[in-house]
Amino acid sequence: MLYGYAGHILRVDLTSGTVSSEPTPEAVTHDFLGGRGLGAYLLWTEVPRGADPLGPDNKLFISTGPLSGTFFPGSGKLDVTTKSPQTGGYASASMGGLLSAELKFAGYDAIILEGISPKPVYLFIDDDRVELRDAREYWGMGSFALERILKQRLGEDFQIATIGPAGEVGVKYACINHDYGRQAGRGGVGTVMGAKRVKAITVHGTNGIPIADTDSFIGIGKTAFKACKEAEALDAWIRYGTMTVTSWCDRNGALPTRNFQAGSFEHGPSIYAPVFRDTIVVTDKGCFGCPSPCGKYAHAPRYDIYVEGPEYETNGMLGSNLGLSDIQDIARANQLCDEFGLDTISTGGCIAWAMECFERGVLTPAQTNGLDLHFGNAEAVFALIEQIAHRSTWLGDLLAEGVRVAANRIQQGSEAWAIHVKGMEQSAYDTHSATSMLLAYMTADVGAHHNRAWAITYDIAVGRDAVTPEKAAKVIELQHIRPLMDALGCCRLQWVELDMPLDLYAPALAALTGVERSWDDLLHISERIWNLTRMIWVREIEGFGRAWDAPPVRFVSEPATQGPTAGKYTPPEAAQQMLDYYYEQRGWSREGIPTPETLARLGLSDLVEAFMK
Amino acid sequence: MRLYVDHKRCSGCRACQVACSLHLFRENNPKKAALIIAPHFPAPGAFEVQVCTQCGQCAEVCPTGAIQQNDRGAYAVDPDTCIKCMACADVCPEDMIFTRPDVPYVWKCDLCGECVEACGTGALWIAE
Repeated sequence: MLYGYAGHILRVDLTSGTVSSEPTPEAVTHDFLGGRGLGAYLLWTEVPRGADPLGPDNKLFISTGPLSGTFFPGSGKLDVTTKSPQTGGYASASMGGLLSAELKFAGYDAIILEGISPKPVYLFIDDDRVELRDAREYWGMGSFALERILKQRLGEDFQIATIGPAGEVGVKYACINHDYGRQAGRGGVGTVMGAKRVKAITVHGTNGIPIADTDSFIGIGKTAFKACKEAEALDAWIRYGTMTVTSWCDRNGALPTRNFQAGSFEHGPSIYAPVFRDTIVVTDKGCFGCPSPCGKYAHAPRYDIYVEGPEYETNGMLGSNLGLSDIQDIARANQLCDEFGLDTISTGGCIAWAMECFERGVLTPAQTNGLDLHFGNAEAVFALIEQIAHRSTWLGDLLAEGVRVAANRIQQGSEAWAIHVKGMEQSAYDTHSATSMLLAYMTADVGAHHNRAWAITYDIAVGRDAVTPEKAAKVIELQHIRPLMDALGCCRLQWVELDMPLDLYAPALAALTGVERSWDDLLHISERIWNLTRMIWVREIEGFGRAWDAPPVRFVSEPATQGPTAGKYTPPEAAQQMLDYYYEQRGWSREGIPTPETLARLGLSDLVEAFMK
Repeated sequence: MRLYVDHKRCSGCRACQVACSLHLFRENNPKKAALIIAPHFPAPGAFEVQVCTQCGQCAEVCPTGAIQQNDRGAYAVDPDTCIKCMACADVCPEDMIFTRPDVPYVWKCDLCGECVEACGTGALWIAE
């Protein structure tokens, strides 16, 4: 009996239209846990080297973790892993909501989508009844609209994931949407789902999750819920959610402003959390099993639209980074991205780059189809979002490729304004003057995303421009703890925001699964996963090495223009020195490749050798 | 005593339902809970929580005496005595009597309070 797991993986061969169920491999759960770990293992072993991300050989791995759906705070996380059409490397996107739990209740730890369907389909799962159904009538629909129709037709009890039009036409950063506002956002996971012609996944389940030691698990779960409920930060966190970070970032020079030209916005206070809460929030909206719901569901009366959010990343990337200073405008941009199925972070990064190009005369009014792309023009932002989602204009089509590709085509110095690492647009923390956070972005396993290591508070605590081995060590420590949560299938924010003790995780997992593992054992597994995902880059990108960990040019060459970090940037040699510290502590070569000794220490030698070819 | 709810505080997370199923069945399965969360999305964007009011009408019609008041003041089902005749469900004004094919009896809220303990937003409480 595989306690803590549903016990089966659902394999969907879209090319032939067949579905099958296979046992979840127990040995893999020991070595990689689940969620992001399971996804990395499956991507490594099942997708052949050099597979076209949008071709039949790539697969989409949708994985729960052992804690998903269980009596443990924040147990609502789902991982979506694939070979990224945006970066060409490893992609893993995390999604909250209710789908992860529902999938386990239906009896599945993961879904593997492989091949390409000859026609648009949706995957219907009702416990062990699994069917591929015709979705031609739904092709072209927006995510909210489709979710509503599917719930009306199948029942409110179904949990639904969809792609919007952006995923259908191959926008490289299309997302997967769920529960009217939750997304697996980054790396183009929705693009891959669209390439496979899967418009939606609908899940209903009625089974329980087996627990090895029920009394112990209930006891630890209660302790964990109690710790969250008694946390001092709980009330403010529930009231404002991630938006609470906006004012902190603005004051600390971390709020991306006009394509990261600065980390502080002169209209910042108009997009702070209290304005948001008091003017447009309708209800708090939690993911499965969450005592501290950060989701804020809003209604913007000016546009008469409903949207979950904006949360902080969206507020930064579609707000200050585009020069928008009205919360209802940002909510509208957010809702358009959600409906079309676009990652708000990458969309914000792409439009910000286009606006800077426009203001500097590199993009002409003829090229923007008459759109006045000055920072702050909300109507132009709305129009451009739609053009990207449908690839309906020259500029929309260009931006649909992401800033790296767009800048390489336009050139004229615009490469320096393309704020990305490995081809993924940077999320919403300005890193002109924050060497740990910059390193975190340089080395994040999917590209410039913050969730693997949110180190900016550490920068501020120890000296934001300091270049020390300790800073690299902090980034590595965070890169093991935070992604571990993604392998366990739970949210990190109960720990990050409420100080829920980390020493609850190992006992909870042991009681749930019956497998005794210490916290250090779990961190060792997390390090194993990290190194395997690094090897995915090494395998998939010809000549992969140090150059792929380069920081966005702006942060190592141009001073921030305003705010508390005005005049500051990180000297390029400082960024490289941080990388040296990092590689050395990781046991990687000077080119950033895990050494044979490191792979052996992590028990990866055979697995790497077997599938490196 | 009965369970009360402030619908506006509910965030739809279902921790209450997991806690409930663990109490009633020692099973981690929110589909076997004795309270219901009805989401109303995309508009108007609200959660509605349906709970037992402990009105006792179920106990009045139970032909086998399987539903009795417990020491918390709740009308609780004795699984061994219940014959699943569904007379209780027919009269329940709140639709708070539950069953399903793989369970040979009905279940309902017995005011154990586990849902209240799990709820992080203070949406649930027990009072007179």
